[in-house]
Amino acid sequence: MTLKEAIERLGLHVLTSEEVGDAKVTGGYTCDLLSNVMANCKTGNLWITMQTHQNVLAVAKLKDLAGIIFVNSRQPDEETIQKANEEHVTVLNTDESAFSISGQLYQLLKEP
Amino acid sequence: MLKDYKADLHIHTCLSPCAEVRMSPATIVKRSKACGVNMIGICDHNSAENNHATLEAARRYGVHVLPGMEVTSLEEVHILALFDTLEPVLQFQEMVYQKLPGENDEETYGMQVIANADDEVLGFNQKLLIGATTLSVEKIVNKIRSLGGLAIAAHIDRESFSLISQLGFIPDNLALDALEISPALSYEDAVRRYSPSLPLIHSSDAHKEEEIGRCCTHFLIDEANIGEIRKALRGQEGRKILR
Repeated sequence: MTLKEAIERLGLHVLTSEEVGDAKVTGGYTCDLLSNVMANCKTGNLWITMQTHQNVLAVAKLKDLAGIIFVNSRQPDEETIQKANEEHVTVLNTDESAFSISGQLYQLLKEP
Repeated sequence: MLKDYKADLHIHTCLSPCAEVRMSPATIVKRSKACGVNMIGICDHNSAENNHATLEAARRYGVHVLPGMEVTSLEEVHILALFDTLEPVLQFQEMVYQKLPGENDEETYGMQVIANADDEVLGFNQKLLIGATTLSVEKIVNKIRSLGGLAIAAHIDRESFSLISQLGFIPDNLALDALEISPALSYEDAVRRYSPSLPLIHSSDAHKEEEIGRCCTHFLIDEANIGEIRKALRGQEGRKILR
C-alpha cells in the first residue's frame, strides 16, 4: 500500500503542499506520547496522533515515517505546517477519532 | 554575603486534589522549617489560590516562600512557574483559568481546599484543576518569562506529564530556566541519562507532609529571590547550585 493510496482510501486531508510520493506504508502506530513513538514506531509507519506540537516533525524525520495523521480534525499551527514542508514530512488530518482511523488503516493493510 | 539556601521548590497544598487535606499552608511552612528547608515553592495544579495564605504563614516561621503554580499544558506537560510576589502569579492564574475547561468532581479527584494561614477552610475551588489547559508549552513558558518568573519543566524523568514523556525531547527555542528531576532519580544518573543543556534542580513534589524536603536543591545565593536563583542556575557572579 502506498501513502497515496492510503490517503485516498481513508479520505485523509493533506495539510502539506508537497506532492505525495509513492512511499510504501509499512504499518501504523497510534500514540500521543512522543517518547513512546520514538521507541516503538517503525520506519515507513503512518503515525496516528492528536499531539500537534512541532516536535512531531523531528520524530517523523528521525524514524523515517510515511506520514503523520492528526485525528479529531486537529490542526497544527501554520509554523508547523511550514516546517513540515521544509522538512518534507507529509502531514495529514482526519475528522475521525484515533480508534476509528486506526481500525480502518488496519483493515486496509490486511488486504491482500 | 552568599549563603547556602536549602530549597524545595515544588510543594503542593491541600488545594491540589491529589494532595492530602493535611497539607495546609501553616503545616507546610512548619514542616519545612523543621526539615531545615529555608526556601519553598508553592506549586498547586493550575491554581495559585493558596499562595497568599502560605506567604502569610511563612512570615511567622521565617521560611521564604516563592509563589507559584504547576500548570498543565495542552500537550499534558507539567511546567513549574515561580515568582517573587503574589501579583504576577495571580496574573498568570488569570490566563490559566481562562483556558482551563471543566469542573471538579470531589468524589473522583479529591477536594480542592482554599485555606487561610490559620488552618481554616475558606472554601473549595470548583475548577477541574487536575485537567489540562488549552495552552501550548511555548505560550506558558513565554508568559511566565514575561511576568518575570522562572519556568521549569517538572519531573522530566516521569513517564507521564513530563516534557520528555509527552514531547520526546526538549523543544528548541523553549525559554526554560531549568529542568526538574524527581526524587526517584539521582543528579548523577540524570546527567548521564539526559546530558542536559539546561541546569537541573531536584525537588520533592510533596503531596504529603512527610514528603516535604525529601529532595532539595542547595543554592549559594545572596537572598531568596528569583533573580538570585536565576544567577545561580546560570552560574553568574559566584552564585551557583551546590551539589
